[in-house]
Amino acid sequence: MPVFEFDGHQIDVDEDGFIQNPDVWNDDVAAALAKTEGVDDLTEDHWKLVRYLRDYYLQFGIAPMIRKLCKATGFSLKTVYELFPSGPAKGACKVAGLPKPTGCV
Amino acid sequence: MAEPKKYDTPLLDELEKGAFPSFVTEIKRMAARKPMAADLLGQLEKSYRDKIGYWKHGGLVGVMGYGGGVIGRYSAKADEFPEVSHFHTIRVNQPSGWFYNTEKLRLLCDIWDNHGSGLTNMHGSTGDIVFLGTRTEELEPIFSELTQGGWDLGGSGSCMRTPSCCVGPGRCEWALYDTLAVTYQLTMDFQDEMHRPPFPYKFKFKMAGCPNDCVASIARADMSIIGTWRDAIQVDAAALKSEYIDKGTDIQSDVVEMCPTRCMKFDGETLDIDNANCTKCMHCINVLHHALAPGKDRGACILVGSKAPIVEGALLSSVIVPFVKLDTPKEGEDPYPELMELIEKMWDFWGENGKNRERIGEMIQRIGLGNFLEEIEVDPIPEMIVHPRTNPYIFFEEYFEDDDEAETE
Repeated sequence: MPVFEFDGHQIDVDEDGFIQNPDVWNDDVAAALAKTEGVDDLTEDHWKLVRYLRDYYLQFGIAPMIRKLCKATGFSLKTVYELFPSGPAKGACKVAGLPKPTGCV
Repeated sequence: MAEPKKYDTPLLDELEKGAFPSFVTEIKRMAARKPMAADLLGQLEKSYRDKIGYWKHGGLVGVMGYGGGVIGRYSAKADEFPEVSHFHTIRVNQPSGWFYNTEKLRLLCDIWDNHGSGLTNMHGSTGDIVFLGTRTEELEPIFSELTQGGWDLGGSGSCMRTPSCCVGPGRCEWALYDTLAVTYQLTMDFQDEMHRPPFPYKFKFKMAGCPNDCVASIARADMSIIGTWRDAIQVDAAALKSEYIDKGTDIQSDVVEMCPTRCMKFDGETLDIDNANCTKCMHCINVLHHALAPGKDRGACILVGSKAPIVEGALLSSVIVPFVKLDTPKEGEDPYPELMELIEKMWDFWGENGKNRERIGEMIQRIGLGNFLEEIEVDPIPEMIVHPRTNPYIFFEEYFEDDDEAETE
């Protein structure tokens, strides 16, 4: 099992770097994961997206469909890719501490 | 680089016997110099022996800026077959009609030799050039070399998949519209939809130049655009006589009796076609190709909804627009305005109403074609049928109401 290390913490992740246990997620983990997806600073817009994904996941147990995500956050798909260049599934969901989405987002 | 490992592959060897080419032979050739291909053979043999697939489900990898184009794959037996611990697939957008020059093919093979297993699939069922097997850290270098060489990734995931077409007017006399041009136009107009998945599920376009449908678009495209004509089949009486009648072709049994709608008569000299009853099956034209040709008023029929049997059962596309002109736009003209408008309306409605992982054809089945047509603002007409010569499956409300009232009176 691959391990993601930051600031002396160790977190189990899968081959693609998604955290295995969503409960160990916090803001510091998010910031550290963001760096692996080409996002060095999480701005207010990044957090808006991350928190929406996180809340949706905690409520429904899955990631939302992309159209729903854009509507709820008010971001266009283009903006989502500007915020997370590796995309909503690989980038934003990873940073939000969701297990790897399977064909959603 | 490590030396390729040798594996005994008695089960795979069976697949090399017989008259046909074998993927095993190809992998073995590559395995002589590529450790990744060697371990692929080893793992596949083990899978055949144990009757278990050893690829893990659902990797998620990609390149910056794109949400698709790479399909992540990891071995579940990485300790035993370390060279295939990562074995990602890359889709490369194929040129329309699969026309290349050797320089471009060499470039593709060089990139893949340097950064991947060297194994390709020319072409996958999506139409894309498929590169089989590479590691995550190679993805960005591959992407960068591809784009510098004028290539781009194809689509994967819930996006517009790489549009594909038959060779069309590039090599075929029956092409009734320029399939290559339409494919190129869709590819360029919908770059966002291809690279950044916006839909409930995948959406495929396949452009076929004539009803022979060499790309099988009617069975495997969410939107099948098939060339057709709406005037009379052209008959060259002199060629009919010299090429067929004089040479002893049995036109009565090979053509007239094979016509699905029996719309032609042959008296030994002239072929009389009742064009109003022709369903454009192409049989007579295929058999008598020196003498017959499609009509002169040419365009395409747009059909919607086919898919392979994943999730729900298989569907064939059915007619939405029986005939639309698809003349190649002149300079300054908007390309294919009716087609583009229809696509946008369909995507809008499907995006709003499609469930997660529901193809457009499945959504139409769920909500009914009548409701779908109303939403995309297309009037129901009798041509909207599943098969030629069957009843239309539109629910014509006005007729129903009339009957209903008559009964209660």
